[in-house]
Amino acid sequence: MNQQASSASALPEEAAQYLTVNLGNEEYGVDILAVREIRGWTPVTRIPQAPDYVLGVLNLRGAIVPVLDLRLRFGLAREEYTATTVTVIVMVNGRQFGVVVDAVSDVVEVAPGDVRPVPDMGTTVDTEYLKGLTSVAERMVLLLDVDRLLQPQDAQMLEAALASTDVKAVA
Amino acid sequence: MSKVDLAQFHKAFYEESLDGLDAMEQALLALDEGAEDPELINVVFRAAHSIKGGAATFGFTDVAAFTHVAENLMDEVRSGRRPMAKAVVELLLRSGDTVRDMLSLSMTGQPAATAESQALLAELSAMVSGHAVAPVAVAKAAAPTEAIEGWDIAFRPFDYLLKSGNDPARMFRELEALGPLAVTCDASKLPALAEMDAESSYLGWTLRLDAGAKRAAVEGVFDWVDGDCDLTVTPRIAAPAPVAEVVAAAPAAAAPRAVRDPAANSESSSVRVGIEKIDTLINLVGELVITQSMLSQFNDGVDASQLEMLRHGLAQLGRHTRELQESVMSIRMLPISTVFNRFPRLVRDLAQKLDKKVVLDMRGETTELDKTVLEKIGDPLVHLVRNAIDHGLEMPDKRLAAGKGDTGTLRLEAFHRGGSIVVEVADNGAGLNRDAIVAKAIQRGIIATGEGMSDEAVADLIFEAGFSTAAATTDLSGRGVGMDVVRRNVMDLGGTVAIRSVQGSGTTFTITLPLTLAIIDGLTAAVGEEIYIVPLVSIIESVQVKPDTVRSVAGGGELFRFRDNWLPIVRLFDVFGCAGQRRAVDEGIVIVVEGEGTRIGLFVDELIGQQQAVVKSLEANYRRVTGISGATILADGSVALIADVTGLVRMQARRKAA
Repeated sequence: MNQQASSASALPEEAAQYLTVNLGNEEYGVDILAVREIRGWTPVTRIPQAPDYVLGVLNLRGAIVPVLDLRLRFGLAREEYTATTVTVIVMVNGRQFGVVVDAVSDVVEVAPGDVRPVPDMGTTVDTEYLKGLTSVAERMVLLLDVDRLLQPQDAQMLEAALASTDVKAVA
Repeated sequence: MSKVDLAQFHKAFYEESLDGLDAMEQALLALDEGAEDPELINVVFRAAHSIKGGAATFGFTDVAAFTHVAENLMDEVRSGRRPMAKAVVELLLRSGDTVRDMLSLSMTGQPAATAESQALLAELSAMVSGHAVAPVAVAKAAAPTEAIEGWDIAFRPFDYLLKSGNDPARMFRELEALGPLAVTCDASKLPALAEMDAESSYLGWTLRLDAGAKRAAVEGVFDWVDGDCDLTVTPRIAAPAPVAEVVAAAPAAAAPRAVRDPAANSESSSVRVGIEKIDTLINLVGELVITQSMLSQFNDGVDASQLEMLRHGLAQLGRHTRELQESVMSIRMLPISTVFNRFPRLVRDLAQKLDKKVVLDMRGETTELDKTVLEKIGDPLVHLVRNAIDHGLEMPDKRLAAGKGDTGTLRLEAFHRGGSIVVEVADNGAGLNRDAIVAKAIQRGIIATGEGMSDEAVADLIFEAGFSTAAATTDLSGRGVGMDVVRRNVMDLGGTVAIRSVQGSGTTFTITLPLTLAIIDGLTAAVGEEIYIVPLVSIIESVQVKPDTVRSVAGGGELFRFRDNWLPIVRLFDVFGCAGQRRAVDEGIVIVVEGEGTRIGLFVDELIGQQQAVVKSLEANYRRVTGISGATILADGSVALIADVTGLVRMQARRKAA
């Protein structure tokens, strides 16, 4: 195992590809290996007791897939959805969910050496959801840590929900 | 990577071993009842043998060591050196349980040898005569190969061996070249001369090779017949050495034999399929159903000349879709025998423990049920069976005094009725004691008086939560220990439980279950701007409520009069936080539903219709949502959520308590 790890680090790592999406004036990168498909915005079915950024669920060829609004997730104001508004379906740890963004723009290649840590620069976005930042032809791209989008507070909420369904405690 | 990663086969080994253990247990139970079928003995032997081989191959040495001794014991029985006594059956049944435990420990990466298994191993070893005892005592030390004094070889060709041109005598000569050889022939399988087929082999041999030859050399002799015989090669070791090591070296000879297991053959008509694959298939078919209903909406807007063709095509599509759906659903269906099979053992052990005489009568074992339902119905059934034997059936002397035979009967039966599966657990015991139950219920404040209550209503009382935890100590027939749990489990599956009891002659529990959980019949209802589905099984009826039958209660709750009861109104609009217009109580519909024995009224804006819903999981990609049991896809492709009636009842209870 150790041997493998060291030999892997000796090799030059391959560049990763990112799908860049727009959110206001900022550009974000989503690891392209996580992206399943890109679809136009369609209305979703609201779910009770969901956090506000979870818009609801949609039918993705028979699977029930939650959709979250990236703006709301980052605490920004919600924008009108337009013709360019898209839902990017991603798959992380075997779970699929949709991320609503203003538009998709590009696919960029990023060498591992070009990823820099995110400075705590008081951006609109909590650095918790970012893996790093990189520059692509003068543009700054913030690399999203996709698996965290549906996580932190949700885990707590889930626990709270489970605790409250325990009728025994009440009866 | 030069070594093959064996871990990928672990799951298959585990499943096969569990199947083997099941087959072994069934055979042992049959033997216990006096069946003298040598094939049953062989089944037990082969199960132990293939588990041993598999365990050794995959490095579960503790399991291999244990099963090795069990196999030796069975071998003695098989070769007629030991009668199949009750004590042997008993010990082997316990061994089977232990192996099951050891396997599950091994699969989670823990050491499988526990104090318990070691104790049982000692018992087994003590029973097995001869050389096997010594090595077992020490399980861990490394095996010094030079300590091998010689080899014990058990060799029994399958009956067709001679037809492939192999000659045991020639192989024995080869063995003799390795060292001094003693050959004992086992002619016990030899049939009468008249029935003998000259081309079949009926003999088995035990060979004793007194030379420290290499294992490869010894096994090499049998290379040509590998898979065409039962072969065990056991080294005789001077100093006590680990069986574990010894067995670990044997897999080459042992593993391929699993294929010849009759249990495996009888299952060759079925295929083990990953449930994920089936789920995908079901999804696709569900999708097809939706497409079909989508297409059917085009019925009206098409050029008249094409209309007939379109209609014809649609009808065909509809029929095919339905058939496809049915056949795909059937992949999930398994015979209920997979659940029933555990009961002979359970009944036997319980009867023995309680000194009662019980005959188990199982019927309809081939009745098929959805796998998910099967998995969840096991525990409630165990509960009912245990109760029937413990409390339902009387002691033999009491039965005789009551003019019945001293042996009680427990009937376990499954059959189809309409679109449901019915499972009955019936005993011919004392029946429920009505007076005792009524007394108990009055004491616990559940009812005021038993007068005018039907027998069914009285019997129903035992389903009340906590009803008889105390009753178990009284003279009450004791039914009801955890009966509330049984009912809750069955209701979670969308089923019902009913009791029929005749004092003095027995009690019957009737469980009615839906064929599958994957499709439900539901009522679609509009709530605000949204659509929800309420499962039909939990609906009592839908009523329009007049304002003058509604009472407000302190704390904001509303009750309405339904027949002779006041039921709480649960506004789905508020519970689910819907957008739209909140309506007055007489502008909508109240759906009276029942969950966990409690009725509430769900207030919705309007009823849209009734439809079948293919149930989809919300949790697969999202998480559990209180009050929602899942989702489904409507004809227009959009998602609708399915209300979880039990969850809503609990929410209401919580609100009341708060």
